[in-house]
Amino acid sequence: MKTDDLIRGLAADARPTRGLGTGLALGLAVGLAGALALFALILAPRAGMPGLLVEPRILLKFAVTLSLAAAAGLTALRLVRPGARVGEGAWLLLLPLAVLAAGVVAQLLVTPPESWMPGLMGHYALYCATLVPLLSAPLLGAVLLALRRGAPSHPALAGAAAGLLAGGLGAALYALHCIDDSPLFVLAWYGIAIAIVTAAGALIGRRLLAW
Amino acid sequence: MDERERRWAQLMQGALAGDSAAYERLLREIAPALRLVVQRRLARLGAPTAECEDIVQETLLAVHLKRQSWRSGDPLGPWLWTIARNKMIDHLRRRGRRVEVSVEDFAEVLAAPEERPGTEAAEVEKHLALLPEKQRDVLRAVAVEGSSIGETADRMQMTQGAVRVSLHRAFASLSARLRNDG
Repeated sequence: MKTDDLIRGLAADARPTRGLGTGLALGLAVGLAGALALFALILAPRAGMPGLLVEPRILLKFAVTLSLAAAAGLTALRLVRPGARVGEGAWLLLLPLAVLAAGVVAQLLVTPPESWMPGLMGHYALYCATLVPLLSAPLLGAVLLALRRGAPSHPALAGAAAGLLAGGLGAALYALHCIDDSPLFVLAWYGIAIAIVTAAGALIGRRLLAW
Repeated sequence: MDERERRWAQLMQGALAGDSAAYERLLREIAPALRLVVQRRLARLGAPTAECEDIVQETLLAVHLKRQSWRSGDPLGPWLWTIARNKMIDHLRRRGRRVEVSVEDFAEVLAAPEERPGTEAAEVEKHLALLPEKQRDVLRAVAVEGSSIGETADRMQMTQGAVRVSLHRAFASLSARLRNDG
């Protein structure tokens, strides 16, 4: 096949397409629907939930996880666009970390040292470390599929960003249920849970997003 | 240069909206530019320049399959050269050569002569022959023989939609086969 012929064929395959950002948004909507269905199936919002959102430590959980998801989503989009400057928006990922660090420091300042360890271990650490990845799974799948239309120079890295995005949203969802409110708990167990989803994203993305 | 960028971006915008004439014009402008850069890179690396046309075609396939990853408003050049560079590195790596090629190496080219080599891309040809029969027949009819989607549908007794699907699948599987080769 001559290159001229290939071009003629490619042109015949032209049709209206939607952008990558729109595709990711659609993927997120589908993944979120799946995650909400899972949540409804196996979990329930904790007692007094919408009202509890005014409590700083509870608000912190949502601020950390949702800002992480937003930063990871923007990073993922940048990583799958050829020619985009990757480092440019990386500092955004520091934002959720800074929010969490502020929460941890505040907790250490206002609570006595003997309460730190019980706070860190919480009541349902293992539930957190397993349920967050579970809730994140449909999100991760949908996000990775949406990103397949992209062309990352580093597929594993783009997959990891997809994992951070899915993990952040999954963790925010779990926070609706979770009664462990110490920022130390969030640092340790939400951290572990999101790291698991991120690693899964990197592993799957390495193959799935290669092009 | 700026003017070329503007024109390319405009044509690509048309292509993403489904304008196949604009898309064809764009690809016909891109191909000789790609060919020139790839040839130079290959020569500098001491690699056989016979592989040039394979790399050009692999890049065009990637441009096609990944065109949604270009964001309208961005210049097309950096996007295109990054894809070309990655495809060239992949291609050489499959042949056991490890190479470093920077995007800047690709971007430096200003103008390319209108050159239409008659050579076929050997590797693409090899994988084309291995495609499922229907995909291959549709691809040959539309690309090589220049039949329209409608004519191909009539001749092969398929619906136009089925022809379009087969054509798209042919490009996707061709690209995947090239990537996984060796």
